[in-house]
Amino acid sequence: MSGAEDLPAWAALPIAFLLVLGGSIILIGALGLMRLPNFYQRIHGPAITVTLGAGCVLLASMLYFSVQQSRPVAHEIIISVFILATAPVVAMMIMRAAVYRELRARRRKEAQGVAPSGPDKDSPQARGRPRA
Amino acid sequence: MTLLLDLSIGYLIVCTVLAMAFCTVRLLIGPRSQDRILALDTLWMCAMLLALGLGIRYGTQIHFEIAMLIALVGFVSTIALAKFLMRGEIIE
Repeated sequence: MSGAEDLPAWAALPIAFLLVLGGSIILIGALGLMRLPNFYQRIHGPAITVTLGAGCVLLASMLYFSVQQSRPVAHEIIISVFILATAPVVAMMIMRAAVYRELRARRRKEAQGVAPSGPDKDSPQARGRPRA
Repeated sequence: MTLLLDLSIGYLIVCTVLAMAFCTVRLLIGPRSQDRILALDTLWMCAMLLALGLGIRYGTQIHFEIAMLIALVGFVSTIALAKFLMRGEIIE
């Protein structure tokens, strides 16, 4: 049972185009997440999935339900606004966690290896935020 | 037109499932914890898009609410995991 029986061509063509574009972009983003070599490069892969892929699929869904029920259906704007508001927050939190972890690991390594060289010269506070 | 729409919805669903498989690969082989959290966040997002695609496929509005709940829970869980990774505790 497909709900796509009685859609006119002027609605079916942009919906199909948006769906194919969204699927390709989602696949490209996940491929970037899997294939890129570094974590700081890898965090850019899902960004395109979250913004452009989700935008295409949400727009297609909005268009489909508006034509199917012959009235404007705009529920998907809630999801789009939520995703556009939370995606930078999530990326920033993960990035901050990664940076803090790397700084902590480096500080631990320095404390183990070259302990008498003075850890206050290049401590993570001095290196992380240069406030002069 | 029905065939075109069915084919494009099938393409979207296949692509999303394939993307979830890629995210699962990164989740399993991820060298550090932040890679795993990033893969889990992308997995939540792909699950939300899969719910939206199934909503278009079956023509019902109930999948929209599934997608919204997945988006909400995914955001909260990713924030909690990232905060735990940064501080070692969630609620200070």
